[in-house]
Amino acid sequence: MSGPQLIQGNEACALGALAAGCTFYAGYPITPSSEIAEHMVRALPDVGGVFIQMEDEIASLATVIGASLAGRKAMTATSGPGFSLMQEHIGFAVIAEVPCVVVDVMRGGPSTGLPTSPSQGDVMQARWGTHGDHPAIVLVPASVQEVFDLTVRAFNLSERFRMPVTLLFDEVIGHTRESVELPDEVDIVDRQKPISEPADFWPKVAAANGVPPLPAFGDGYRFHVTGLTHDERGFPTTDAKTAESLITRLHAKVEAHADEILGVETFMLDDADVAFFAYGIVARSAREAVLRARSDGIRAGLVRPTTLWPFPSSAVAEVAAQVDTMIVAEMNMGQMIGEVERAAAGRARVLGHLRADGEPITPAELEAALAGSANEEVKA
Amino acid sequence: MTTDVKSYLREWAMPHVLCPGCAHGIVLRAFLEAVGRLELDQDKVAMVAGIGCSSRLIGYVDFCTLHGTHGRAPAFATGLKLARPELNVVVVTGDGDGLAIGGNHLIHAARRNIDITVMLLSNNIYGMTGGQASPITPQGAVASTTPAGNTEPPFDACKLLIGAGASFVGRVLAANPVVMTDLLVDAMVHRGFSFVEVVSDCPEYYGRYNQLRSGSEMLTWMTRMEQGVADPLAEKGFVAHIPKLAVPAGMKTGVLHSENRTVFEGVREPIPR
Repeated sequence: MSGPQLIQGNEACALGALAAGCTFYAGYPITPSSEIAEHMVRALPDVGGVFIQMEDEIASLATVIGASLAGRKAMTATSGPGFSLMQEHIGFAVIAEVPCVVVDVMRGGPSTGLPTSPSQGDVMQARWGTHGDHPAIVLVPASVQEVFDLTVRAFNLSERFRMPVTLLFDEVIGHTRESVELPDEVDIVDRQKPISEPADFWPKVAAANGVPPLPAFGDGYRFHVTGLTHDERGFPTTDAKTAESLITRLHAKVEAHADEILGVETFMLDDADVAFFAYGIVARSAREAVLRARSDGIRAGLVRPTTLWPFPSSAVAEVAAQVDTMIVAEMNMGQMIGEVERAAAGRARVLGHLRADGEPITPAELEAALAGSANEEVKA
Repeated sequence: MTTDVKSYLREWAMPHVLCPGCAHGIVLRAFLEAVGRLELDQDKVAMVAGIGCSSRLIGYVDFCTLHGTHGRAPAFATGLKLARPELNVVVVTGDGDGLAIGGNHLIHAARRNIDITVMLLSNNIYGMTGGQASPITPQGAVASTTPAGNTEPPFDACKLLIGAGASFVGRVLAANPVVMTDLLVDAMVHRGFSFVEVVSDCPEYYGRYNQLRSGSEMLTWMTRMEQGVADPLAEKGFVAHIPKLAVPAGMKTGVLHSENRTVFEGVREPIPR
């Protein structure tokens, strides 16, 4: 154990990637994520890794996918405008089932927007940004320590499920320095390699967990990888049954293991009448607001997902059944609130505390929101 | 000795998608002859392609094959090569894939001088999507999106790549498969970024729109143009404004540029401390 260190969220992300076994980084400069690249370029050569600065974000993720198919754990990092460009290859990595980690340090949008004020405006893009039907795994850390932990987790999930995993945090977390204790070792998951002989190998025959084994290019298994809908041999087809079977399996491998993917933290919910739903940096403010409200006699609590997608519907439904009011606090014009309403299904009143002006949501605002929700109740 | 090209083919994946008269098959054969002549380890050949008719070739070869997204093959190839340098990485692209949507990736791969080979099969048109104009469709040529004749000037792909820094650039006609194999061998042996433009054909769309009605006629035509015959179509009595392939009379073929330059391998050496 190296003891406590004072580091930035972006640096914790790089350190988490290295701890998880990442040996390849390709990226394009963009604030507020650039420190991740700047750390990786210095650190990767010491672990036998490779770094490349690409001509744009489209190329960055293509290069990451190429490196992953050659057997390396690979990542890229960006912010909103670059995340938009990466959507093309997020879809490719989903259908071709290529493990990779994409980090989006969110800033205000749309377009070039607010460089570089914090935002949570990309949470729906992280779910639905690429075209077509697809599963998504999206993790949302709320502290520098958690950036480290969830970066490791992002790599492990991407290797396990052979798919891209997105890590979303905002400019505040990316640039905040906090004291963290980094473990000497972390649990690491590696992609499953085939046990069949090369001659018998079909690249898209799923193992029992719904995930096909993946050899590296150059290992002696010669196979085809394509973004076209394909059969178990990896070859393009337009056969409806085969297409249905692929798209179903891509979703099922995530849905069937959602319990193991989901992460939800609750705070002071046992006797709560009103609960915040908040993620990322906003959850820190919400936690403080809960403590202040409690000292004023308001029974408040917090539900904080660390996995935004798949969405923790059951956890939200349970909270909704228990409280009178849920307040969804997010730094956007209202993106996750729709999911919360859907999961709450009328069991609780769902209010929003939304802000998309580039300023972080403060504890004082949320304390006021709690008081406001109580007053509304009285009026009602 | 002639290569047993069937040993490099996924015969189970046939029949292929190419049209009768398309010269891409000739190109594939010439490439496989080059692989055979170089005695490359079949497990260490990685072919990367984007989207389009040319890109579909890699589905039929028994190597590691990565059929990526439109225009991005050089970027996928960069990842493969940097991650595993012992791979022989070959990109197959076309004039739309490589020069329009993928132009940026192509010139940057050339600038870096990464050790990969790019074969660009120019057929003057987007064949897969039904005959739209490409960045090398000649001025005046008819395509489905230039019904009155193309008004845009075309790229010279080889000049573009030399300008971008490719350390090996060559051009060959699909009509000359033996020469093509020689050129592809030179390109693959070359250390650094090598680029070969193969002048191919598309009788189905480009030919039909521009009065070159069969594959054999198109191959004959490109050969005559290379030999400096001003306008073979005029000999047939067609009007003079009928455009050509993006092959001006007396167009240069063969090795157009070759130099030894530092090969890019990514940032992989620790910073001296």
